[in-house]
Amino acid sequence: MSAHPQALKIVIADDETPARSRVRDLLEDCASSFPIELVGEASSGIELLSLLQDSPADLVLLDIRMPGMDGIEAARHLLKLPEPPSVIFTTAYDDYALKAFELHAVDYLVKPIRLRRLHDALTRVRAITPLRLDVLQRVGPEPRRHLSVQERGKVTLIPVSDIRYLRAELKYVTVRTATAEYLVEESLSRLEQEFAEQFVRIHRSCLVAKAHIAGFEKEAGDGGESRWRVVLAGIGERLPVSRRQQHVVRQIGRSLA
Amino acid sequence: MPSINQFPAGTLLPNFRNLGVILRVLLVVTALTVMAAMLKSSTWNGFMQQWLAIVAVVQPIAIVSVLVLGAANAGLHGIDYRSAVAVIVLLEVVITLGVLKFGAAVLEIDTDNGVRDALFAVVTTLVLIGYFNLRNRALSPALSEARLQALQARIRPHFLFNSINAVLSLVRAEPRRAEAALEDMADLFRVLMADNRDLAPLENEVELCRQYLGLEQLRLGERLRIDWHVDNMPRDALVPPLVLQPLLENAVYHGIEPSVEPGVVSVNIYHVRDQVHMVLRNPYRRDGSHHAGNKMALANVRERLALHFDAEASLQARVGDSQYEVHITIPYVKASE
Repeated sequence: MSAHPQALKIVIADDETPARSRVRDLLEDCASSFPIELVGEASSGIELLSLLQDSPADLVLLDIRMPGMDGIEAARHLLKLPEPPSVIFTTAYDDYALKAFELHAVDYLVKPIRLRRLHDALTRVRAITPLRLDVLQRVGPEPRRHLSVQERGKVTLIPVSDIRYLRAELKYVTVRTATAEYLVEESLSRLEQEFAEQFVRIHRSCLVAKAHIAGFEKEAGDGGESRWRVVLAGIGERLPVSRRQQHVVRQIGRSLA
Repeated sequence: MPSINQFPAGTLLPNFRNLGVILRVLLVVTALTVMAAMLKSSTWNGFMQQWLAIVAVVQPIAIVSVLVLGAANAGLHGIDYRSAVAVIVLLEVVITLGVLKFGAAVLEIDTDNGVRDALFAVVTTLVLIGYFNLRNRALSPALSEARLQALQARIRPHFLFNSINAVLSLVRAEPRRAEAALEDMADLFRVLMADNRDLAPLENEVELCRQYLGLEQLRLGERLRIDWHVDNMPRDALVPPLVLQPLLENAVYHGIEPSVEPGVVSVNIYHVRDQVHMVLRNPYRRDGSHHAGNKMALANVRERLALHFDAEASLQARVGDSQYEVHITIPYVKASE
């Protein structure tokens, strides 16, 4: 696997050490007839993303089932890279995902991977149809564990569990954590659907994380009316609850008490 | 080796020493007394009076019967079904008349109609024998064997293919470890595909679990740690084969695989007097990405325990803050040497 100028740069992502070494063995076998450069190995989706920031690759052999961040979520985030690599998913057994892959013509290899299959996949790789975000959303409908933003060619991951609130502003959504603020290009209603378990809408333009709600306080508004505001753990900001969402105060307040 | 068909073929008698059978006898008898009291009275007060009067006579008979039949269990199962039924009916008539004669002095009840009472005893006995006959037919041998076969623990395809993949990765670099792993897989699948209707010694099951966990460790490495507390386990206790392995598979699948951090699966087996306890624990995360609740293995093991031990075995699953625990209790039946 020498650094041939035209060599195909490959990254292996799998949480199981033996599974990675098996793919490595097979790539070595392919190397005799195919210029390949193994750029690196990752044992989780997060590791994969940070690896790709520093050493871009042409192809990722990406395991679907990984702890922390699974392969499908990792593929969604790596689409934000300036030059996203092609992705071939690998899986030992995942009936559901395989059906979805067939449906949307997403490339995959079934483990144990056969040398010939891998070889075929590598020869076709430059012709692989690039992954599309909407396809990945349909293939992996489970909520993501992270949101991602692209800043100056780097992808920053924001763990969903750190997010205090999400607020819609014109074209973007502001993501607020205890320490930072980001802008992501997503729609608030999509986010509301995806994270219905963790977030609750308190306003037409605002979702707050249920887990970080510290309490509610009443604010005397103009005209003698009083309004509720949400107090969130870790940030000083108070967020108003719209009149239509007042029932949230009762529901969540009860579970806090 | 005791099993579901631990009685000679064609025997449809219940095991009178089984707690479930004893409970059923007492329950059916009590239900019959309620019916008798209802027939004899029209008002609520009248019913209660009648019922208490009947129960005072019938319960002692039922209890003595249970004791006598428990003592005679082995003998009854040694003879053919018809003779056994005849002996039981005779025993019941004797017990009924005996208790009544003795009770007439102690409990001050009228025992004017011995023939009627004996007839009641015969009818009740036949109803119960008929009930157990039907129940045994329903549960064993054919039907319950078919059910046991259907219930045989199935290994997750996920595990099979990942293990084969792990072994393949060893073939070039560490052929000896690959050999050992394939041997473990062979043993595991031999048991999985075997006819597992008979109970087997606990030490076999524990050995199988060690082999299974060895395979999982091959692919998960440091992430899977196992804490064995089996030094005091009763090695000769008889257990249904594959009673622990599917639960350990669950523990690895739900407790270890979804987490980046290493986790500990603990196995604790001990016995207290004549009960064997098996306790499995694994880390548990509420937000685990694995599809929640594969209750199949749990329900499967629970049903097999019921088929083998009836009410004398139990399986409890508890979800703690960060831990999942399964606690199995079964009677300590020793393997005959």
